[in-house]
Amino acid sequence: MRSVLILGGGTAGTIMANKLARVLKHKDWQITLVDKTGDHYYQPGFLFVPFGSYRMRDLIKPRTRFLPESVRYLQSGIDHIDPEKKTVALSNQETLLYDYLIIATGADIHPEQIEGLADAEWGRSKFDFYTPQGAERLGAFLKGWQGGRLVVHVAEMPIKCPVAPLEFLFLADEYFTRRGMRHKVDLQLVTPLPGAFTKPIATAALDKFLARKGISVVPEFNVARVDNQEKKLVAWDETAVPYDLLVSIPTNMGDASITRSGLGDELNFVPTNKETLLAEGLRDVFVIGDATNLPSSKAGSVAHFQSDILLENFLQHAEGRPLPAHFDGHANCFIESGFGKGLLIDFNYKTEPLPGKFPLPGIGPFPLLQESRINHMGKRMFRWVYWNLLLPGWPLPLGAAMPTAGKRMELLQRTV
Amino acid sequence: MATLEVLGKSLELDADGHLAHLNDWSEDVARILATQEGLAELTPQHWAVIRYMRSVFEKEGDAPSIRRLTKESGVDTKTLYQLFPKGPAKRAAKIAGLPKPKGCI
Ligand SMILES: Cc1cc2nc3c(=O)[nH]c(=O)nc-3n(C[C@H](O)[C@H](O)[C@H](O)COP(=O)(O)OP(=O)(O)OC[C@H]3O[C@@H](n4cnc5c(N)ncnc54)[C@H](O)[C@@H]3O)c2cc1C
Repeated sequence: MRSVLILGGGTAGTIMANKLARVLKHKDWQITLVDKTGDHYYQPGFLFVPFGSYRMRDLIKPRTRFLPESVRYLQSGIDHIDPEKKTVALSNQETLLYDYLIIATGADIHPEQIEGLADAEWGRSKFDFYTPQGAERLGAFLKGWQGGRLVVHVAEMPIKCPVAPLEFLFLADEYFTRRGMRHKVDLQLVTPLPGAFTKPIATAALDKFLARKGISVVPEFNVARVDNQEKKLVAWDETAVPYDLLVSIPTNMGDASITRSGLGDELNFVPTNKETLLAEGLRDVFVIGDATNLPSSKAGSVAHFQSDILLENFLQHAEGRPLPAHFDGHANCFIESGFGKGLLIDFNYKTEPLPGKFPLPGIGPFPLLQESRINHMGKRMFRWVYWNLLLPGWPLPLGAAMPTAGKRMELLQRTV
Repeated sequence: MATLEVLGKSLELDADGHLAHLNDWSEDVARILATQEGLAELTPQHWAVIRYMRSVFEKEGDAPSIRRLTKESGVDTKTLYQLFPKGPAKRAAKIAGLPKPKGCI
């Protein structure tokens, strides 16, 4: 009997448990999954909670509902991994042995990493929407807010779902317009990036959108601290941005168990081979999802694409064969742009998001980098897809490799 | 293809205006790149950061992040932003003759 141990039962861990359970023979393999809590959250839904279009209770389901019966589920914190002995110590004092390990412990926000952010006023004039509690608190606050300067601030890259801050602003524009108080609200994005997004063609398109909606951008802002007295963000070069309401995307970091195991980089992310998804320098350890240090986006869609690659490589690795599959960094994100419309971007390590059409067999072409109603439908449909197709590890009409058909690839030459 | 003229030689630059070849770099090249970036002089602290960046790149194929720089190079964040105003990671990489840091997408 051989064993696979999966750490974390979020998006990536759950998909892997389902995929492995379908192909590994039950008499030869024991699959175990550990997570500290019993609730599985649909995180992409957090974005909509502050505006009241989703309720938090509609975004939670029991974790075990998405795990096959043949998978042994243990609810406990993970204390640390010992890759030499091939064991994992749990916080309930149990120690698990493994033959193969899959790390899927995700990423979380860390407001304490920025001076002055977490202490005073957190939850009063400074909020997040990356946690269930943060999103609900912000929603309650917005209901009674009378207007002023609303600053959405990205502290450091990388963050989960790098388009979520933009979506928040687009939705805020709609929310305050509908409430008849848009003229009383200044919307601003403050980011360490050179523009709205990481890549030039998408940034140009998104910057245009922001401008059209009257949302200003402060780029290349490297925050040093938050001044709670004067309510302003202060950069290392002492430039400052004042706010009345700060919606913060604090530093995102990997789980503390990774640090306790001595396996993380400076942000607790696990150094991972970009293509094979094996942990660098460790034996029989794979990493998937937000827990990796890969330069791909930290997104559920990416975890899904990675799972195809990981499964293929896992099966070969377990037979002692060379790893056949190579992850190309594929990501696919719907961007909610407000008033019932959305954008779609599709890209990988090498090819930045381009305009064009994205083919989806049976559903039709989704326009890329262009606002449309069908992209908004895609985003809202994603919740159903997430629970019913993505987590169970069923094939989506989206393959692991990024398609180039329909994309205006000729635009790439122009930017070089 | 853009080039950089240094002591009679023309060195190839990549699309981002960084040196195209790691081995074209020298201290003279660094000084010229620094002037282009608006830095009048390179102090011993600048050099310490530049050498550290090159050593990480040679080992790992990508430049270190600011967090890692401050953790391992012995220069704190505040000083780093004084040495290389605005984007230390990007600017120090350019002067060190490395490609633009890949960062994240
Ligand atoms: C506001 C917001 C909007 C988003 N929007 C989108 C979107 O539109 N599209 C998209 O594709 N993605 C989106 N994402 C990103 C997406 O949710 C994540 O990328 C995805 O969930 C990553 O999956 P994961 O399995 O790596 O991590 P997670 O799903 O976070 O799972 C990690 C699991 O590990 C467990 N764990 C961690 N440490 C321990 C420990 N020490 N002991 C025990 N258990 C532990 C946690 O409890 C958790 O269940 C969004 C995220 C946020 C926050």
